[in-house]
Amino acid sequence: MSTVAGEMDHTDHHHHAPSGITRWLFTTNHKDIGSMYLWFSFIMFLVGGSMAMVIRAELFQPGLQLVDPHFFNQMTTVHGLIMVFGAVMPAFTGLANWMVPLMIGAPDMALPRMNNWSFWILPFAFAILLASLFMEGGGPAFGWTFYAPLSTTYSSDSTALFVFSVHIMGISSIMGAINVIVTIMNMRAPGMTYMKMPLFVWTWFITAFLLIAVMPVLAGAVTMVLTDKYFGTSFFDAAGGGDPVLFQHIFWFFGHPEVYIMILPSFGIISAIIPAFSRKRLFGYSSMVYATAAIAGLSFIVWAHHMFTTGMPVAAEIFFMYATMLISVPTGVKVFNWVATMWRGSITFETPMLFALAFVILFTIGGFSGLMLAITPVDFQYHDTYFVVAHFHYVLVSGAIFSIMAAAYYWLPKWTGHMYDETLAKWHFWCSLISVNLLFFPMHFAGLAGMPRRIPDYSLQFADINQIVSIGGFAFGLSQLIFLWVVIKCARGGEKAPAKPWEGAEGLEWTVPSPAPYHTFETPPEVK
Amino acid sequence: MSTKLITALTAMLPFAASAQSSLNLTQGVTEISQRVYDLHMTIFYICCVIGVIVFGAMFVSMVIHRKSKNPKPATFHENVKVEIIWTVIPFLILIGMAIPATQTLFAMEDTSEADVTVLVTGSQWKWHYKYFEHDVEYFSLLATRQDQINNRLDKGENYLLEVDRPLVIPTGKKVRFLVTSDDVIHSWWVPDFAVKKDANPGFINEAWTKVDKPGIYRGQCAELCGKDHGFMPVVVIAKEPAEYQAWISEQEAVQKQAKEEEQRLLSMSMSKDELMELGERIYLGNCAACHQPNGEGIPGVFPSLKGTNMVMNDKSGHIDIVVNGKAGTSMQAFGNQLSLRELAAVITYERNAWGNNTGDLIQAADVNQFVKE
Repeated sequence: MSTVAGEMDHTDHHHHAPSGITRWLFTTNHKDIGSMYLWFSFIMFLVGGSMAMVIRAELFQPGLQLVDPHFFNQMTTVHGLIMVFGAVMPAFTGLANWMVPLMIGAPDMALPRMNNWSFWILPFAFAILLASLFMEGGGPAFGWTFYAPLSTTYSSDSTALFVFSVHIMGISSIMGAINVIVTIMNMRAPGMTYMKMPLFVWTWFITAFLLIAVMPVLAGAVTMVLTDKYFGTSFFDAAGGGDPVLFQHIFWFFGHPEVYIMILPSFGIISAIIPAFSRKRLFGYSSMVYATAAIAGLSFIVWAHHMFTTGMPVAAEIFFMYATMLISVPTGVKVFNWVATMWRGSITFETPMLFALAFVILFTIGGFSGLMLAITPVDFQYHDTYFVVAHFHYVLVSGAIFSIMAAAYYWLPKWTGHMYDETLAKWHFWCSLISVNLLFFPMHFAGLAGMPRRIPDYSLQFADINQIVSIGGFAFGLSQLIFLWVVIKCARGGEKAPAKPWEGAEGLEWTVPSPAPYHTFETPPEVK
Repeated sequence: MSTKLITALTAMLPFAASAQSSLNLTQGVTEISQRVYDLHMTIFYICCVIGVIVFGAMFVSMVIHRKSKNPKPATFHENVKVEIIWTVIPFLILIGMAIPATQTLFAMEDTSEADVTVLVTGSQWKWHYKYFEHDVEYFSLLATRQDQINNRLDKGENYLLEVDRPLVIPTGKKVRFLVTSDDVIHSWWVPDFAVKKDANPGFINEAWTKVDKPGIYRGQCAELCGKDHGFMPVVVIAKEPAEYQAWISEQEAVQKQAKEEEQRLLSMSMSKDELMELGERIYLGNCAACHQPNGEGIPGVFPSLKGTNMVMNDKSGHIDIVVNGKAGTSMQAFGNQLSLRELAAVITYERNAWGNNTGDLIQAADVNQFVKE
C-alpha cells in the first residue's frame, strides 16, 4: 500500500522522498548522500581509531604484552588504510556533497544516480577489508604502503581481498571526483564565475582532478601486486626481470598527490571559517587559488622524496629534494594569507574557529617537519622513524581531521537546523587539542633518538616517551566520543538555528533556511 | 672548592650527553654524521624562527583583534607587494638551505676509493656480513632472549639492540657497504654513522662510513620486513686498525678450521641426545620465529611442523627444504647459514619433537648429500 502511495506521490510531486530504509538506499539527494558519507566516515574513524588504541596499548611498555608481532603489523596496516580511505577521504566527499551544490547555487550534484552508487559501494569495500582480518593467516600485514615483495611473495592470502577492496575504494573516489568536477563546471548559478567560487569549491575542484589522475595509478599498482602474487608475473621481482623499487615509484606517484587530496579541501574549509569569525574578507583570494593549483601541480614531481634511501642516482635525489622544498613556498603563502585575514579583524572564538586556529598552528608544525624531511642528507636519518610518524599525523590528524571537525561545527546548524552545544563542543576542542599534542609531539623525539616506525617492541631508552604517547593516544580517542555526543545532541534538538548563525559568514549556503530544505536552489540564485 | 665543582660538573657530563641523545638526533661519530646533525639543527632553528614570527602574529591578532577589543574589522583583503615579499623571502631561505644540503649529499654519495668493503645482506630477520678482502662471512642475529621479550625475565641494558656476532670494522678507514637482500626489502641503519640504506632483493646499493672513534654502535632495520621487523638489530664494533687486523686474521683461521672440521665430521655420527639438545637450541634461534616454539606455525602464514606429512614421512624432502629453502616463500635456504652438524641436529629435532617421534636420526653425512656447491 505504502509503495503505491509512494509511487503516486512520486508522480504527483516528483521531489517527495521515500521513507524508511529505502530513502537511504535509493536516495539521489546530495544532502542525504552527504550525510551518509559523513556518518560512514565517522564510524570508520572510530574503527580505525580503535586499532590505533591496540597499537598504543601494545607500545605502552617495552616487551610484548597484548598482541603478537604479526597481528601488530595487521593493526598498523589496516589502521592506515581505514583512516586514509575510510575516514578522511569519505568525510571530504561528504562535505563536498552537502556543501558544493549549496555554495554554487545548484539544486543537486550533476550525476545523482552515480552519486548514490559511489557511496553505496564503500561499505562493501570496507566490509571486505575488515573481514580479511578474520581469514586464516590474518589480514594485510605489510603496511598501508604495501611494498613488494612483502605484499606479493611474502604475504598471506588475504592480499586478494585487500586488492579487491582497494579497487572498490578507488572506483568510488573516481566517481565522486567526476561528479564534483561536472557539478562545478556545469551547475554554477548565473554570475558565479570561477574566480567568485568559494575556496572550498575551488580546492575540491582541484582535488577532484588529482583524484582522477592518481586513483587509476593506485589501481594499477594493486593489480600488479595481484598478478605478481597469483599469476606468475614479475613486475616487482628481480628474479623475473622486475624491480621491487619500481613498486615504490608507482605507489608514491599515487601516494604523494594522495597526501594533497587529503589536505587541499582542508585549506578550503579553513579559508571559509577564518574570514567568518574574523568578520573580514579572506586576504589574497586569487593567490589562494593559485597557491592551491601550484601545490597540486608540484605534487606530481616530488614522489621520490619518500624513497631517498632506496638508492637513487644523486641527480635524482637533488631534483626531488629541490622540488619538495619548493612546495613550502605556496604552502607558506596560504598560512600567511590566513594570518593576514585575521589581522585587524574582529575575532570571536566559537568552536569552528578554535579548530581552524589549531589547524593553522599544528598543520604548520607538520609543514616544518615536512621541510626538514625534504633535506635529503638529513632524511636518511629521519626516514622510517617516529619522526615521520609524528610529521604525517600532525598534517593528517591535527591538520585534515581538525579541519573536518571545524567544518562539522561550522555547518552543523545548517544541516540540522539546531545550534550545537557550545560548552560541550569547547570541551571536545580543548581535550582534543591537549591530547593530540601529547600523542604526537613526543613522537618527534622518539624518532630523532632513533626509534624506527612499525615495530611492536622497542629498546628501553624509548620507554618513557612511548608511555606519554600512549596516554595521549587514549585521551585523544576518548575525546572523540564527546564529538559523537555533541553531534547526536544537535541532530535531536537544541536552540533553533537561523539561516545564517554566524555573524561574519558569507556564501550562498547561508541564504537558505536552516535546516536546509530537502531541495534547494530549484530556481538558481543570481550572483552579483 | 673549585675542584669539587669541577668534579661535580664532570660527573654530570655523561648524564647531560645521554639526556641530549635521548631527545635529539645523534651527532654520531663520523664527519658525515656531524655534518648531517649540523644541517638538522640549522633547518630546525630556521623553522623555529619562522614559527615564532607566524604564530606570534597569530597570537597578537587573537589578543588585540578580538571582537571585544576591536569591534569594527578592517576591510583590506589584498596587497600584491606583501604577497610578493612573502613568496620571495621563503624562496631565498630555501636556496640558503639547499646549498649546504647539496654539498653534504655529494659527500655522502661518494663511495669511491674504499679501504674495506663489506657485503651486507638482509633476510628475514637477520643480517649477513661478508668481507670482500678476506675469507670471512657470518650471520648476525638478535641476541636478546625470548624470555625478556615475553616479560618473563628482566630486560637487559641493550634490550633488542644486541646481536650474537656484530660487524667489526677498522677505525680511520673508509669502509664501503654493499647492501642487498635475499627476500623482502630491509634497511640497514646505524644512526651514529648517518648511514641508512635499503636492502633491495636483486639489487645492490652502496654506502660508506669512516669512523673516527673506536666503540660499539647500535642500529636497527628501518624498513618493515614482516613479522619480526622489530627484532633485527645492527651492531657494529669499530676497532683500531691493528686490532681489527688481528681480529680478521683470527676469524679467517677459525672459519677455515671450521670448514675442515665439517669434512671430518662427515664420517662421525652423533647420539640422539646430542642431536636433540643441539637441535633444540638451533631451532629456537633460527626456526621458531616462523614455525613457533611449539612447532605449530601460524595458520595461513607459516606452516606447522607438528605431525605434517613432510616431517612424518618425507625424510629427503625435509632435508632438502631445510638445506635449500623453497623458492617463492619465506622458507630460506639454511645450507649456508648452519653447519652440517647443526643442520642434522635441527632436522632430527623437528622429526622427534612435539610428539612427532619418528625416531629418525639424521647425521651430517645425510645432510651433505643435499648441499649444492
